[in-house]
Amino acid sequence: MRQKLENIRDEAIENISKVKDLDQLERLRLKYLGKKGELTQVLRGMGKLPAEDRPVMGQLANEVRYLIEEQMDEHKKNLEDKLLNYRLKLETIDVTVPGTNIERGNLHPLTSVLNEIIDIFIGMGFEIAEGPEVELDYYNFEALNIPKSHPSRDVQDTFYITDEILLRTHTSPVQVRTMEVQKPPIKIIVPGRVYRSDDVDATHSPIFHQVEGLVVDEHITMADLKGVLDVFVKELFGERTQTKFRPHYFPFTEPSMEVDATCVTCGGEGCRICSHTGWIEILGAGMIHPNVLKYGGIDSEKYSGFAFGLGLDRIANLKYGIDDIRLLYENDIRFLKQF
Amino acid sequence: MLVPLSWLKEYVDIDISTEELCDRMTMTGSNVEGVTCIGDGIEGVVVGKILKIDEHPNADKLVICSVDVGEKVIQVVTGAPNVAEGDLVPVAMEGARLPGDVTIKKGKLRGIESEGMLCSGDELNLTDQDYDGAEIDGILILREEYPLGMDIREALLLNDEVMEFEITPNRSDCLSVIGLAREAATTIESTLKFPSINVSPCTGNVYNEVKVMVEDTKLCPRYCARVIKDIKIEDSPLWMRRRLANAGIRPINNIVDITNYVMLEMGQPMHAFDLDKVEDRTIVVRKAKEGEKITTLDDVDRELKTNMLVIADAKKPIGIAGVMGGANTEITDNTNCIILESAKFDGPSVRFTSKRLGLRSEASTRFEKGIDINLPRKAIDRAAQLIQELGAGTVVDGIIDVLNADTNPRELEIRWQDINRLLGLELKPEEMVKILKSLNFGVQHRGDILDIVIPSFRLDIKGTEDIAEEVARIYGYDNIPKTLMRGTESRGRKTKRQKLHDYGKDILVGSGLYEIITYSFVSPKVYAMIDKQMPEVVTISNPLGEDQSIMRTTLIPSMLEVLSRNRNRKVDRCSLFEIGRIFIPKTLPLKELPEERQMLCIGMYGDELNFYNLKGIVQMLFREFGILEKAEFTPITTDTTFHPGRTASIKIGDTYIGILGEIHPKVGENYGLNIPVLIAELDYDTILDLSDTQKYYKGLPKFPAVERDLAIIVKKEVLAAQLENVIRKSAGDILEDVKLFDIYEGDQIPEGYKSMAYSLIYRAPDRTLKYEEVDAIHERIIKELAEHMGAKLR
Repeated sequence: MRQKLENIRDEAIENISKVKDLDQLERLRLKYLGKKGELTQVLRGMGKLPAEDRPVMGQLANEVRYLIEEQMDEHKKNLEDKLLNYRLKLETIDVTVPGTNIERGNLHPLTSVLNEIIDIFIGMGFEIAEGPEVELDYYNFEALNIPKSHPSRDVQDTFYITDEILLRTHTSPVQVRTMEVQKPPIKIIVPGRVYRSDDVDATHSPIFHQVEGLVVDEHITMADLKGVLDVFVKELFGERTQTKFRPHYFPFTEPSMEVDATCVTCGGEGCRICSHTGWIEILGAGMIHPNVLKYGGIDSEKYSGFAFGLGLDRIANLKYGIDDIRLLYENDIRFLKQF
Repeated sequence: MLVPLSWLKEYVDIDISTEELCDRMTMTGSNVEGVTCIGDGIEGVVVGKILKIDEHPNADKLVICSVDVGEKVIQVVTGAPNVAEGDLVPVAMEGARLPGDVTIKKGKLRGIESEGMLCSGDELNLTDQDYDGAEIDGILILREEYPLGMDIREALLLNDEVMEFEITPNRSDCLSVIGLAREAATTIESTLKFPSINVSPCTGNVYNEVKVMVEDTKLCPRYCARVIKDIKIEDSPLWMRRRLANAGIRPINNIVDITNYVMLEMGQPMHAFDLDKVEDRTIVVRKAKEGEKITTLDDVDRELKTNMLVIADAKKPIGIAGVMGGANTEITDNTNCIILESAKFDGPSVRFTSKRLGLRSEASTRFEKGIDINLPRKAIDRAAQLIQELGAGTVVDGIIDVLNADTNPRELEIRWQDINRLLGLELKPEEMVKILKSLNFGVQHRGDILDIVIPSFRLDIKGTEDIAEEVARIYGYDNIPKTLMRGTESRGRKTKRQKLHDYGKDILVGSGLYEIITYSFVSPKVYAMIDKQMPEVVTISNPLGEDQSIMRTTLIPSMLEVLSRNRNRKVDRCSLFEIGRIFIPKTLPLKELPEERQMLCIGMYGDELNFYNLKGIVQMLFREFGILEKAEFTPITTDTTFHPGRTASIKIGDTYIGILGEIHPKVGENYGLNIPVLIAELDYDTILDLSDTQKYYKGLPKFPAVERDLAIIVKKEVLAAQLENVIRKSAGDILEDVKLFDIYEGDQIPEGYKSMAYSLIYRAPDRTLKYEEVDAIHERIIKELAEHMGAKLR
């Protein structure tokens, strides 16, 4: 019997080592270990052995069984690994092929820049207000210290609906509209669409966008105005951007100023964009004229304030290097996809 | 305002570079927009005299000129027919440079050597305004005597730098060389040296020559007149012509040039009437009479309104006050005697008249913005002085000066600390006084107060804020510190609605849409293009053109136009959205502001895109805004813009929100879009109003679900929404979800019918459902569907 067991063991180990696939291995398992398997047959003959031999033979048989099983398991694992590796190899793909296109759109460049600007001012404690685009002459001019006979009405070519109703020429009407309903402190920006009867060319559009700023409180100074605008310009165009404040005139602010920033394109060296001056005009601003505060129902003895206005289209063009304002309103998707 | 530097330098000492002057002037408020020099680009061109002209042996159209250029005589071949022996002409010598980077070289013309070139005005880049006769076809013939060989830039005064100032409407005083000289003197701390105005002793008496009556003293607070006799009309001297030309005014003759010169120098517009043509030698300043007409100097007949101020003689208007003179009293070569007018007219009145007539002039620009009440008298003497100096006529003694205004200087009392408070500075009163005095203000410091006397030319100064600006601009805006505001801390943030508004855009962008921005005014024709009647609209009274004349009431035409543009540019797939305002008049004609409403328009085309892609996007938006459950899509066949079988109108609860569908092929065709185009237009404001983004947690299911499929056959017209309605109603609470996963028509399905396959998910919150229970409900659904929808099990 011992001989038989040892033969089975040696033969099985020999056979297992030759096995090439899992099916063969399963057949071998049945051959030796199955119900009718060779080892099982031998074990069945155990009963015929003398009682004193049984423990020894039993142990040997178990050892053989254990050994065969171990060999089979190990071999099976090897075979499975091979098979898996083979499969993985078959499944190999070209990872350099571009990924599946997930279609996502874009915001319009004007919206993107506006969002940036809004974030900057929100960070400085501003809120956002809006006003009508079809506006009363009163808010657009009269209440901004621009009476009917005022020469600066000529500067802004206005679209009229009736004598008293027009398309707002700037976002400034929201100044007095806000003062009428809100007591100081007021700290708002007003993005919006404005209209002037300019013929269309690379730098003019009869419709464009402004962002107005308005601050009214006690002790507001021109130094504060400079501080806020300087922070804004540096946040928008970069820390190294310089600002220049030039005296100017607006009927609704006094003192008034225009603000230049060092050219975004050349950094102040001088280039085509800045007409070789190194500077680009980016906004108008000033201390709110007491008359305007009065129109807004605010005591100009107690409160002061400043206002500023910037052209969104121009800033978007500067920021993205767009050389023709018309592109903003043509909406060619190949243009829009770039932002 | 164009100012020749030489002119400015006559009144103020300037010893810094032009560039520095420009920078510093800009920083005190006189913005310099540029500096030009008409002689730039001309080099090596001299005055030459044609001594002799010989025929060219080899060419009929060329001649050979011997030209004396001072140190030598050179030979020049020219083809110009207008030269004669003895003419003085500009000669470009060998190596000369002309505008446009042309360099002159010696060469042979048809075998004859030419040592230079005779120049035309055009070749020197000159116009008639720069030098009379510069635009003739031929060589520029100089009319004055010059030393031969003199550089042409020097001879014709072409090397003067001209500064262009941007004068803001408040500074009418700076519409003059003297005004800017005052600014320059303060800016660079230099001294002013105004021309002294002296009229030499005269004979006669102006009161014997002319009578002046000012009827409307409000619109004409001051009217000064002088009479000049023995007028000798001729060209004014070159220096005056050049200065006028450099300042942008065309020289005419000595008298007109002098009036213009004084206007540019002092800012006082002047006019000269031919006295012999003035009826009764009487000047009446009055409002125009009903039906009066005048032909102005520009030869245009103009009808006058009764609220326009005119200068008239005894019978008729001879000028529109402050705007333009009449042709009937124009100065001609035969003029012998003139009335010089120097007046102040009411700004708003001039502005109204000039605007109404569509006639702007250098004079009207200045009157509109206001004239120093003291100026007319000074200016008329200045003109008389120039007339004497130029020998243009004999000045009659005396000035008629009709003055009906206060000439006392205006005064102002301000607290000097208010200036510091506004500017954020800590200036001492002495510093303010110094600045204000340098600007010609009279100032006394008295405790907290500055007593200020405003110079009469500073019409713009009215209050503390104006004085603050004067102090600030001379102190230097750049010297004011940059501080951040004190005071109440404010919370910067967007409102919930503003955030939601932006979130909506993010969702749309995330769905693959690109944002567009289009004009808010459109053509009235767009309504025909989208096959609609034109509704009541807000109309622009002075549009740029018919095509941009009404405020839009829908975004759809703009969207279609953009889609069409992209399609024309061979873009094969386009998915866009716009959020923009529409304008709905409440009354017509407009009495109050129209309603402005934000609309969302989505537009797409492209091969694989259909109605359901667009609807999917709209549903996603609704889901994110918490209104999908309440949204109802109903077929609409009657909207003429849309495909009658592929369009839904949308309601949230009872509120109409908008429309969604495929564009009617006829409308598509109007835009050159012969492919399916999908459009949705939704009322974005209302969507924001109705949105409910508050989230509530619902417990996770504790018991398993039972899933059953259901395939039925129904008539084609039966709507999915109707079926789902019946299913939900008959199932009751334990139906958790219904999903339509297949719609099929064709083989095995009778004509006119369709198969609809649903997956139904049943679940109870408190127990595991028994199969029998689900079976019963499933059966009930099938029964109800058969009963109400005519559905058969497939």
